[in-house]
Amino acid sequence: MQRIEGVSKLVGRERYVDDLDLGEHLWGATVRSPVPRGRVTDLRFSAEVDWSEFTIVVHTDVPGDNTVFLLEADQPVLVAEEIRHIHEPIVLLAHPSRDAVRRAAKQVDVGVDPADPYFDFRAAPTAGQLQRGDDNVLKRLEINKGDVGAALAAAAHVVEGVYETGAQEHVYLETQGMVAWVEDGVVCIKGSMQCPYYVAKAAERALGLDREHLRVMHAPTGGGFGGKEEFPSIIAIHTALLAMKSGQTVKMIYERTEDMAATTKRHPSRVRHRTGLDGDGCLLAQDIEVILDGGAYQTLSPVVLSRAIIHAAGPYTCDNVRIVGKAMLTNSVPYGAFRGFGAPQSQFANERHMDVVAGRLSLDPVEFRRRNLIKDGDCTATGQVIDDGTDRVGVMELALARADYFDRRAEHRNFNAQHAYLRRGLGLATFFHGAGFTGAGEVHLASRVMVAGLPDGRVEVLTSSTEMGQGSRTVLTQIAAQRLGYAPVDIVIVDPDTHRVPDSGPTVASRTSMVVGRILDDACAALRQRLGDAELRGDALRAAIAAWHRENPGGRLSAEASYRPPPGVQWDEENYRGEAYGAFAWAAYVAEVEVDLRTYTVRCIGFRAVQEIGRVLNETLARGQIQGGVVQGIGWALLEECMLHEGAMVNNQLTNYVIPTSADVPPIDVIFLENPYEEGALGAKGIGELPLDGPAPALANAVADALGVEPNVIPMTPERMMDLIEGTATHD
Amino acid sequence: MRVDLATSFEEALRIKAERSDVVPVAGGTDLLVHWPDAHALQERDWLDLSALTELSHIHFEPDTVVLGALATYWDVIQDQRFRALPLLPAAAATVGSLQIQTRGTWAGNIANASPAADGVPALMVYDAEVQLASTSGRRSVPLADFYHGYKQLEARPEELIESIRVPLRPHDFENFTKVGSRAAQAITKVGMAVAHSAAGWRIVANSMAPTVRRCRTLERLVESGGTVDSPDGLLSAIRADVNPIDDIRSTAAYRERVFSRLLYQTLLPACSSFS
Ligand SMILES: Cc1cc2nc3c(=O)[nH]c(=O)nc-3n(C[C@H](O)[C@H](O)[C@H](O)COP(=O)(O)OP(=O)(O)OC[C@H]3O[C@@H](n4cnc5c(N)ncnc54)[C@H](O)[C@@H]3O)c2cc1C
Repeated sequence: MQRIEGVSKLVGRERYVDDLDLGEHLWGATVRSPVPRGRVTDLRFSAEVDWSEFTIVVHTDVPGDNTVFLLEADQPVLVAEEIRHIHEPIVLLAHPSRDAVRRAAKQVDVGVDPADPYFDFRAAPTAGQLQRGDDNVLKRLEINKGDVGAALAAAAHVVEGVYETGAQEHVYLETQGMVAWVEDGVVCIKGSMQCPYYVAKAAERALGLDREHLRVMHAPTGGGFGGKEEFPSIIAIHTALLAMKSGQTVKMIYERTEDMAATTKRHPSRVRHRTGLDGDGCLLAQDIEVILDGGAYQTLSPVVLSRAIIHAAGPYTCDNVRIVGKAMLTNSVPYGAFRGFGAPQSQFANERHMDVVAGRLSLDPVEFRRRNLIKDGDCTATGQVIDDGTDRVGVMELALARADYFDRRAEHRNFNAQHAYLRRGLGLATFFHGAGFTGAGEVHLASRVMVAGLPDGRVEVLTSSTEMGQGSRTVLTQIAAQRLGYAPVDIVIVDPDTHRVPDSGPTVASRTSMVVGRILDDACAALRQRLGDAELRGDALRAAIAAWHRENPGGRLSAEASYRPPPGVQWDEENYRGEAYGAFAWAAYVAEVEVDLRTYTVRCIGFRAVQEIGRVLNETLARGQIQGGVVQGIGWALLEECMLHEGAMVNNQLTNYVIPTSADVPPIDVIFLENPYEEGALGAKGIGELPLDGPAPALANAVADALGVEPNVIPMTPERMMDLIEGTATHD
Repeated sequence: MRVDLATSFEEALRIKAERSDVVPVAGGTDLLVHWPDAHALQERDWLDLSALTELSHIHFEPDTVVLGALATYWDVIQDQRFRALPLLPAAAATVGSLQIQTRGTWAGNIANASPAADGVPALMVYDAEVQLASTSGRRSVPLADFYHGYKQLEARPEELIESIRVPLRPHDFENFTKVGSRAAQAITKVGMAVAHSAAGWRIVANSMAPTVRRCRTLERLVESGGTVDSPDGLLSAIRADVNPIDDIRSTAAYRERVFSRLLYQTLLPACSSFS
């Protein structure tokens, strides 16, 4: 089935938030902190501006709690006094002219008494840099299995390694944007977002409104990748504050430079591994420390850390595992959700480390994985028994076969011996990704989906799941159509609006098709039940719906379902033990690289992505998810470097923060293996984030293969590669 | 902000003579970047040259090619006659994207004076001359002498670029290399153009100094047949010619090392003094 809104996007007919026809309205702008840490002493409004033309909002104008509520109420809507990062919002302005408001924002001078900021999350803070407890640790988590100390002591080999990953910017094509207005006493917010109910919950608290008086609507969203998971709450509250104070419709659209400098990024990480092995190269112990830079506020860091540590030991069998995770509070712009949510960082480290370990043991990385990949009946680091019947070694062997791995490697050896300055190599990564919320997360969410039969026989689907380019609208249509025996055109997906749709949870964590799709499936069953015949399909169903409306004129024929946890899933949040996820998708990626020793540039010249994902619901969309994710992973591994100064990105333009173009990526060979997952919609497991986990380690392993160096830090920019190859130290 | 739409080049020159601080605009691909925040530029007066079809010509004369000030990269890419000067279409094809290539002009590239410009080294390596015009007359300046420092041009405030003249000489060696941060749509981090003709060797570097620069020490080294047996053997000459910096796109150390390696590998097959 074709993407429902595909043509309207293709021809430019889709109306994003910046395209909405608002009539007369004001433009909003934000005055931000000039320093990473300190106290606001005064605000000086330049005499050159006629401020009477402007709506001005400061922290005392926040009617509710001055907090952007998510996990913890630590982040203010607007700085009252204490500044915790550069670019922190302090004053909001609105004016009928976009140009005037932008210029005026530069005419507000923020006086500050600066304090000593803490940036390097890898080093302990000094006394003057303490801002949380006695160590600036935002969150500490631990997983323990077996006895790591004893196993390391008894191991034939112990191999250590340290791995680092940098921040990554989402580069959604559409920057953050929101409009707000007040209508009949209801504050209405509409804009670019992944999670309308996150925005609603945060806005209710900050604006001091109840659900009846706050309405949040999703506008077509031009890419999210996690960047529109929690951040939109901030711009939504800001826009609403300006609308409430001015009484007019207000629109706020971030410029690219502002968006890149002031909004969330992927958490930078450093991971240490100490691994014990027996004489046959089998894993005996994995001792792992994962540290994330959380940035200045908590945002979602504890949850990102959780996913990072759960994936940190990779898809291997090992009886003794200790994983300690820490997210540090620093004075950098807060890091937040980004596709993969911590798993790409910890699996980069693990997959790179597995090659390092194999190398130390003089084992082929393939053979090493054959011996250690998790088998049915074995359990993960949290003690979750894996028994889904997937042949994980087979997934790897297929990827190797597609890449013609062994022959190509031999060819590359010859090529490398002869060429003056080009070197080629192949790298493998085997990995997994748990879909849906971690542990009891889905139970706490208690997501709901509603369907309704319309008088003309069509069926309406009401969820809070948002379309942001990933195709959820199409897949949800497909699931409903298939269940009800309808043509897709007879399924109407209602635009998410907190006054119309139930809370189906956020559109994150690769959960929409798998989890929300499954609830939709149940809701469809409930609708048929309500009509008294669980077998009703197609024309018969349509006729029954029309008949119901004739008998109940003006009535609403709706049915609802909510999340049912899969049987046997137990999670001990206290001790981090049990079933971390209902299901894991399994994958093996092979990357082929060519390194130019003149320019130290790494080019990806071949890519194979094999994954077992339960069931493919829509081949084109699924392939698009994998290819797009792989490209985003290639960018993170090779090109994308957030240059940080005072905790914020200073290469905050698309010219200087480079993401891959089509010329930077090879054709990506995508293979799906299907082993249906009973509890997912039509057998599907989540796939959205999986493809971010594999490319970086596969590429780093390929570079190691090509050059015999150990690239353990990404991005592998030419400048960093030069230092690694030449032994120079010119780049941080 | 005021925009004057010149209807003839002579009128443009008159406007420029009367108000020398007007900003000439050709393709606008440099000027309009970061437009919403370019408050200072928005307050200037503008002189739009884009309607002056008399400036979009490309003439092949017996020993010279004349590129009018509105000639674009695309004009050169799709004109087969430029096989005689292959580095021009080669450089043009690395500029931005197709959209930029069809709007961006060679003269705009020169006047914008970016050290990272890609059109400029290709022109400079062929000994191009810049034809300047004002109401008081016309003059010709070798492109290699056109820059005095970062964004400092030889042109006087009342002058406009009318055309660019490129000598047509047979070359037995030509190379254009651009190292950007990715394979397309990238600003040059290290770049060079190298050519050899009866006039001798020409070596031009971009992103290696405050301006695109002709590297005369390197040229003399190659011309003299001094032996070079490794990329490092070029370093002292490179240091005499250019002085790269650390900036947001790369580092001085990277630029110098990569330039030496690229130049060495480029000249190795062409120069018997290289081993
Ligand atoms: C997305 C993008 C990618 C780009 N990629 C590259 C690239 O890869 N390589 C590269 O070199 N450049 C690149 N550029 C920069 C730009 O396209 C080139 O420098 C182009 O040649 C500028 O030409 P223009 O006609 O658009 O100049 P304009 O923007 O119109 O003007 C540029 C400057 O020249 C002056 N000027 C123009 N015409 C005259 C004249 N006749 N007399 C005197 N002064 C004049 C203007 O006042 C201005 O100062 C890129 C730009 C963008 C937006």
